[in-house]
Amino acid sequence: MALTPQDIARIAHLARLELQSHESERMLAQINGFFDIVERMRAVDTTGIEPLSHPVAAVQDIALRLREDVASEPDNREANQRSAPAVERGLFLVPKVIE
Amino acid sequence: MKALHEQSLAELALTLRDKEISAVELAKHFLARGAAHEGLGAYLAVNEEVTLAQAAEADARLAKGDRATLLGVPVAHKDIFVTKDFASTAGSKMLENYRSPFDATVVSRLAAAGMVTLGKLNCDEFAMGSSNENSAYKPVKNPWDTSRIPGGSSGGSAVAVAARLAPAATGTDTGGSIRQPASFCGVTGIKPTYGRASRYGMIAFASSLDQAGPMARSAEDCALMLWAMCGPDPDRDSTSLELLPEDFSKTLGASIECLRIGMPKEFFGEGLAPDVRSAIDGALKEYVKLGAKIVEVSLPRTELAIPVYYIIAPAEASSNLSRFDGVKFGHRAKQYGDLLDMYKKTRAEGFGDEVKRRIMIGTYVLSHGYYDAYYLQAQKIRRMIADDFQNAFKQCDVIAGPVAPTVAWKLGEHGNDPLADYLADIFTLPGSLAGLPGMSIPCGFGAGGMPVGLQLLGNYFAEGKLLNAAHRFQQATDFHLRRPEGF
Repeated sequence: MALTPQDIARIAHLARLELQSHESERMLAQINGFFDIVERMRAVDTTGIEPLSHPVAAVQDIALRLREDVASEPDNREANQRSAPAVERGLFLVPKVIE
Repeated sequence: MKALHEQSLAELALTLRDKEISAVELAKHFLARGAAHEGLGAYLAVNEEVTLAQAAEADARLAKGDRATLLGVPVAHKDIFVTKDFASTAGSKMLENYRSPFDATVVSRLAAAGMVTLGKLNCDEFAMGSSNENSAYKPVKNPWDTSRIPGGSSGGSAVAVAARLAPAATGTDTGGSIRQPASFCGVTGIKPTYGRASRYGMIAFASSLDQAGPMARSAEDCALMLWAMCGPDPDRDSTSLELLPEDFSKTLGASIECLRIGMPKEFFGEGLAPDVRSAIDGALKEYVKLGAKIVEVSLPRTELAIPVYYIIAPAEASSNLSRFDGVKFGHRAKQYGDLLDMYKKTRAEGFGDEVKRRIMIGTYVLSHGYYDAYYLQAQKIRRMIADDFQNAFKQCDVIAGPVAPTVAWKLGEHGNDPLADYLADIFTLPGSLAGLPGMSIPCGFGAGGMPVGLQLLGNYFAEGKLLNAAHRFQQATDFHLRRPEGF
């Protein structure tokens, strides 16, 4: 299975990445090269195997940790917005989204 | 008195306690070394004022008779940990000059232990890379041969320790990013069991794999640092384990008589360079002299770890890195049309090539119709790999082998071939996928006089045993004491 230039354009759109045409071409070749080694993985019989997400779950039960649904953080708006590209009156500014 | 930059962490702490030198003078000594060797590219940020203020605070605690083990001892942090007082960039243009409103848990734990921060260390962008050439700022040079890479992604950390610019450093390991640069630069590093160190404030790459750990000049120093860095962080890291910090120093000297060392036959195949093989064989012989027994074990899915890792890590990265959209922090494109265009241009400008590649791979394998075939399949094989380790640990106490198939390669050597870097990760990826603790300790020299590291892998929570095995080796050998000429 090999990806096409159309696939690259579709994935780049999903990933919200603008790619120049020379970048897309290089990306296509490199990703296809990578998927050659992935084919070996697809051939493995994994019938009946549970996926492993928290690695320590391989040897013991790991419960999903939940905490009380209460506000625990102090208001730290100024510090939190210090590195924002565009802020006005404590709000993050984005281009107009509703006409 | 032994040169300050040759003293161990424990020796430095004692020197400070005995008032032979102040924490401020000690910090100045290391800042001066960092400045003198700026050409190595190890540091991304220093701030003398902040460092000296922390050191003065340590001096005040010392004067009051505070005997905290690491009080006043300097450390430098990989620039993947966020810090209030230094810019935190993750080696990316996306976060140029970013100032975090808080410190990472690992950073605040070490600060509470009294350690003084020297600055932030260079790394591959978002910790993605095996050569440090993916840093958006500058490459890092290996002090053993400045035409070679230091390894990655914690390349700045390894170089700072190897060139004596810092007595110890923090690193992070997702697929080998502590062990491989430690091996390439001749320093000691340990990645603990997944979940032992808090991930809070570690800029996320692949959340089910990322782990913090220390890099230093000996197992003894790593034991001290690891003890101070680790511990539960239940309110801030959903995957941190309820394991109390252990005093790893206590068991360092235990006998390793009859320790069973597993040698995975898959780590010693054709792909292993003869110079590395001979250094590893020498290390195993040394272990036999120390009373250990070598047994052959099998990790049959070693090769599969490459595609499995390079599916899982990019998948998680594509999700984690979606937060960089030019709204709340970081870079925003100067010119754009609508919101969608702003996202796309911001991300195109802010991310480097390798990060874009991994975001693309990750987005694809998580997209509709491909999730089961790639991501889920990879997570299933991940369990098989973890089970293979449990089988191996029935026959042995620790596993030993090479960290990487070769010594550090030349800057630019892998050029435009990302696959060459991926394949070189083969021996560190299986342990990462299984979430096991792993170390690299200097065990010899290979081609071009470059250092070779021995990888030690332990079962879950067996950091104490690993550090013990590493320390006994370092008591009998002097590879960890060698230093690159001119440093």
